[in-house]
Amino acid sequence: MGMNHDMIGHVYPPSKPYLVTSENISAFVKALGDTNPAYADGTVAPPTFPIVVTMNAMDTAFHDPALQLDYSRLVHSDQKFEYLRPIRVGDELTVAASVEEIKPLGTNEIATFKTDVFSGDELVVTGWSKIVVRGPEA
Amino acid sequence: MTIKLSDVSIGMELPALDLAFTRADLIAYANASGDQNPIHQDEEFAKSVGLPDVIAHGMLTMGRAIQVVTNWVGDPTAVIDYSVRMTRPVIVPNTAEGSVVSFTGKVAQINDDGTVQIDLGAVFGETKVLGLAKATVRLAQ
Repeated sequence: MGMNHDMIGHVYPPSKPYLVTSENISAFVKALGDTNPAYADGTVAPPTFPIVVTMNAMDTAFHDPALQLDYSRLVHSDQKFEYLRPIRVGDELTVAASVEEIKPLGTNEIATFKTDVFSGDELVVTGWSKIVVRGPEA
Repeated sequence: MTIKLSDVSIGMELPALDLAFTRADLIAYANASGDQNPIHQDEEFAKSVGLPDVIAHGMLTMGRAIQVVTNWVGDPTAVIDYSVRMTRPVIVPNTAEGSVVSFTGKVAQINDDGTVQIDLGAVFGETKVLGLAKATVRLAQ
């Protein structure tokens, strides 16, 4: 059973607000092993930081029964971010996730989720995550 | 030193970066990112789903590859877009040294609007772990 193509274009309700703290930024920077002095005071987040909120928002979508996605066979294959401005300490982030595309690829299916990240009413980053759901083994 | 647009030419190579991935790094990244999938921490679990060993989060690899660009530019907020394909996993054995991934970057394009596209490489042993990896930066004029 494949994913439900009727869900293409579906927009999920915004995620709960996530307050960006200097502790969150510093822990993320440290885990990346990034020694760039620009992060020393924990005020500006690194380019891949938005994944902290977008992955969570997509997780809600992945587990939506209407999507009919087999989570156990899911692999994250591509990630893209477009930045309108950097994420900074004090931002209150919410994510609007939507299903942009679902299509077959051989025996697999691929799906692209778009994630618009807002701080308050301001769009700050858009992410796109492409996933592969492996089909049944022959 | 700040890199200016006038300093840049197509084909120019950015300083490369070799970074080790250890089990401790994966635990730190799991905690910082919220991605607690056991394939990134639990060797037995990873093997039970057909992986050779624990693998790094693809997003950790992505987060490290961009350091080639942000170290070069200095200001990480100069990045205006960034995309990768996670082609192969970085396998992380339970050793102090972990696995070393070599990250490279090259100026691929100078756009009409003055932004610069950098193509990135990430190689673990002989294996390309990222494909189609590229970032666009806005440099000082």
